Parts: sequence; C-alpha cells; structure tokens
Amino acid sequence: MRSPLVTARALTKRFGEFTAVDGIDFDVHQGEAFGFLGPNGAGKSSTMRMIGAVSPISGGTLTVLGLDPAADGPAIRARLGVVPQEDNLDQELTVWENLYIYGRYFDLPRRVILERIDELLEFAQLTERRNDTVEHLSGGMKRRLTIARGLINQPDLLLLDEPTTGLDPQARHALWDRLYRLKQRGVTLIVTTHYMDEAEQLCDRLVIMDKGRIVAEGSPRDLIARYSPREVVELRLAPDDHDRAVASLDGLARRIEVLPDRILLYTDDAEATIGDVFERGVEPESMLTRRSTLEDVFLRLTGRRLVD
Amino acid sequence: MRTPAFVRVLEGEARVYRRVWRGSVISTFLNPVLFLAAMGLGLGRLVDERTAGVGLDGLTYLAFLAPGLLAATAMQTGAGDSSWPVMAGIKWRKTYDAVLATPVGVASLTVGHLAWVGIRLVFVSVAFVLVMAAFGAVGLAAGLTAVPAAVLTGLAFAAPMVAYTAGLKGEQGLTSMFRFGIVPLFLFSGTFFPVSQLPDWLEPLAWVTPLWHGVELSRSTALGTVPVPPPWLSVAYLASWTVGGTWLAVVRMRRRLVT
Repeated sequence: MRSPLVTARALTKRFGEFTAVDGIDFDVHQGEAFGFLGPNGAGKSSTMRMIGAVSPISGGTLTVLGLDPAADGPAIRARLGVVPQEDNLDQELTVWENLYIYGRYFDLPRRVILERIDELLEFAQLTERRNDTVEHLSGGMKRRLTIARGLINQPDLLLLDEPTTGLDPQARHALWDRLYRLKQRGVTLIVTTHYMDEAEQLCDRLVIMDKGRIVAEGSPRDLIARYSPREVVELRLAPDDHDRAVASLDGLARRIEVLPDRILLYTDDAEATIGDVFERGVEPESMLTRRSTLEDVFLRLTGRRLVD
Repeated sequence: MRTPAFVRVLEGEARVYRRVWRGSVISTFLNPVLFLAAMGLGLGRLVDERTAGVGLDGLTYLAFLAPGLLAATAMQTGAGDSSWPVMAGIKWRKTYDAVLATPVGVASLTVGHLAWVGIRLVFVSVAFVLVMAAFGAVGLAAGLTAVPAAVLTGLAFAAPMVAYTAGLKGEQGLTSMFRFGIVPLFLFSGTFFPVSQLPDWLEPLAWVTPLWHGVELSRSTALGTVPVPPPWLSVAYLASWTVGGTWLAVVRMRRRLVT
C-alpha cells in the first residue's frame, strides 16, 4: 500500500493555555475524501491550518505529502489547494483576475495559467462571469470561485474548511456535485464540516472531533451502524404530556434521547416501536420516522446537540 | 522559482490598484493643488509681504513650502498605504491568508507590499512635482531631483507602519496613530515653517523625526539650499528607519499571521 498523504501522531495545537487540538492520530490516503466532523471549537480548523503548513504544530508529529511542514512549508503549499472557511478573494478584482494572480503566487508560467483558468471557469460554472468583479457574485459563486482558485496549481491534496457553511440548499448541492467530480478525478479531499449530511455526502472516511480530541473514526455508514441503531422515531408531544410520556416510554427502544421539543427513539424496527408507543398509551401530536444520521451519532458520542 | 516571490506579490497589488486607481488619482493631484493654492499662494502672499524671504533662505513661501509638502505627502502616502490596506489584508478581507496558503512566505508578502508602496510613492511624488512646477514653485527638472528623497521618506514611514498595524486588533489604533502621530509630524516637522521657529526645548524633538530629515533632504535637492543636517546623515537616518522597519514588519507580520 502507498504511504498516506497525511500522517498525524499525537498532533497537538496550543494557543497559550488553551489546547485546541489535543493529541490526535489520523492518516489520509491517496484518492480518498476524509472528513473532520464536529461542532465549532472542536479543533477542526486548527488541524486544517497545521496540515496546510501555515500554522506550526505545538506537539506530536505531522507529515504532509511525505514532508515536514516546519521545514518544507513552501514545498508542501506548492502542492496543496486550500479553500478557507471564509472567502478571502480579492473583492476588487474580477473572477478571471483572482484566478490569474493566484496562479502567479504559485509561480506558474503565464501560458499555463491562461489554459487552466479556462478549464477552471468551466468547472466552476463561472465562464459567463469571468469579467465580473467578485463583489457582484452570489455566495455560492464566490465559494465555487474559491474552490477553482484552490485548484489552479493542480494540487495533490485539496483542503476544504466548511465548504458549504452559509450557502442555501441549491448552492450547497451544486457545490457537492463539483466536489464529487473532483473526487472522481482522483483528487484527495480533506473536508471539515459541522453538517452531518455534508459528511455523509462527501466523505469516504471521517473522524468526529470534540474538544480537540477524536471521539470516533470510520466511514459514515460504519459510524451509524456502530453508534446509532438503523432507524429513529421522533415524537412530538404536547408540553404537558412530555414528562409523563418520557416515564412511560422507558425501556421501549434501544436508546431514548429526550430533547426539549421532542423525544427520539433509536430502534432497529421503527414500525414495531411505533406500535409499542401506542400500546403504552402515549399519544404524540406528531411523529416522524427516519434513517439515523451522523447527527444521531454525534449526539450519542458527545451527549450534546450539534450547535452552530 | 522563476520570479522572486516578492515581485509576484507586487504584481498582485498592482492588479488590484489597476481596478481602484480612479479614486486615488484624484486625491493624488487634487491634494497638492489645494494645499499649494491655499497655503502657498494665499498664506504665502501674506508671509512674503511681511518677511521678504528673511528666515526662509531668501525663498518665496511657495518655494519653501512645496518641496517640504512633497516629503510630507510621501509620508502620508507611505503610512496610509501600510495601515488600512494592511489591516484589510490581515483581518477584514483576509487576503494575506490566501497569499500565505501558497508557497509565498511572510517575508516576501511584506517586502512585496513595501515594494509596491515604493512604486506608488514614485507615482505620487512625480504627480506632486508636476503640480509644483505648474504653480511655478520650482522648475520641473529641479523638482524631479527631489523625488528619490520623497520616496525614501515615504518608505521610512511605510515599513514601521506595517509593523505597527500588524499588532493592532482594530481600526482604533490606526485612527490614533494618524491623529497623534502622522498629523502632528505633518504640521511640525519643518514643512510649513522652519523648525528653528519652535520653542528651543521642542526643536531637538523635531530633529529626530524622520519627516524633518525628509523635508530637509527634499527641499535642499529641489532648491539647492543648504540643509540643516548633512544630506548623508538624513539619507542614512531614513534608510535605517526603512530597513529596521521592514525587519520589524516581517517579525510582527509573522507573529500575527502564522499562529
């Protein structure tokens, strides 16, 4: 097997007294889409910045593309594409110019940049907007431009920090589609997200982070299988019935999660569970059956709802 | 590497400027016109009637003022270009993060920015000299000989200003720096009147300001007068602010951006 593109052992990042990343281990392999899933402040972005060779590590070891970020930062960065959490495009410049100057930062020859810009504009569905300045683009377009910019050097590894945060559903799906195509072409992706559906859509393998540590690792399917039964029954009850219902539902499902506004029953057979609910005389105002998701895994692992 | 990284940073800044130059070009020409008209001609007539050049090396007030104002304008340009725009790169727009995600490092980013400010200073100073000559303050050729002095003066402020800005949390510190630093220097560094007019205890303070050296250098080259400090001293002094400031700017930018 080929050696991993990224290897971290006991990787740690401290800011003064605060430990943002607390000794994590992971490997990212060629051609996979690897995810860091977790709430804000879990240490995802700090980890990404260390991988991006822009943030010195505070402890442990980190190898990126077989190189040491502390010694070979420029050589590593030459082969990375970075899509930061906040768009940091040059607002005054046009779409085309943003791509061009970025190509120059990589010291690519003009001829090469011109060729790639045309391809990337096509890929990012921005060909029509090539001469518009960035300030006139929608959020989704800016995101796609930032991704196109990160591809100007044909990177071996693309780092995406919360790629769809703040986008509307259409723009999000359009972006996932683009990222999926990149994966098909063999680009290795590392994605951070606090969206469960995004992790499920994009990642072959992921780690769940909480408070600077990795609390679980696996494929989305594995994690759901391991940490959450297959189906979830969500009950919504009148506020007055809530507490009484909780008492009578005891022991009815593999796991019961009581949230302020509803009760979640984790079960392998939703239909049977619903039958049991009515048998015990609980009459919910509304009810919903769904497949269990990474959100459920997260809830299970950290005991908290995912906060934005 | 085929092109040095700092040159590629400069290229990027130049492209941005190509998009926004219209706003700045107006002030580049209008400011000297307004100042030379109001102070040089308006106030100057009053001064010249009273002094007949005494205390001003036999110069008309307009001639005395213009090269000093050239240096002071270079200071403002250098400090201005290294304050708000740098803060935007660091914090508001985070464009510096985008640059640093490429093989370009902090030193090249900083030096590239200052190199661009240097080019801007050449534009601004030449524009100023054109206005100066149009006002008849100095001849065009003589005025142009003061451009290097002005550019060096601008850089002597631009470099430490980057270092200062890199340590700031927000805009407040920039406003204070201009209000309590740049504006007083503008007024009291020998631009509008010789520093010998200052109270004796204040005069040595003027001698250590880089702007005073810039003004003396600019004035003596443009008008052929004898400067108070020897020119080599002023050049060395301004150069050391530029070099020391650049070094400090790189250190502080690294501390700010590489965390």
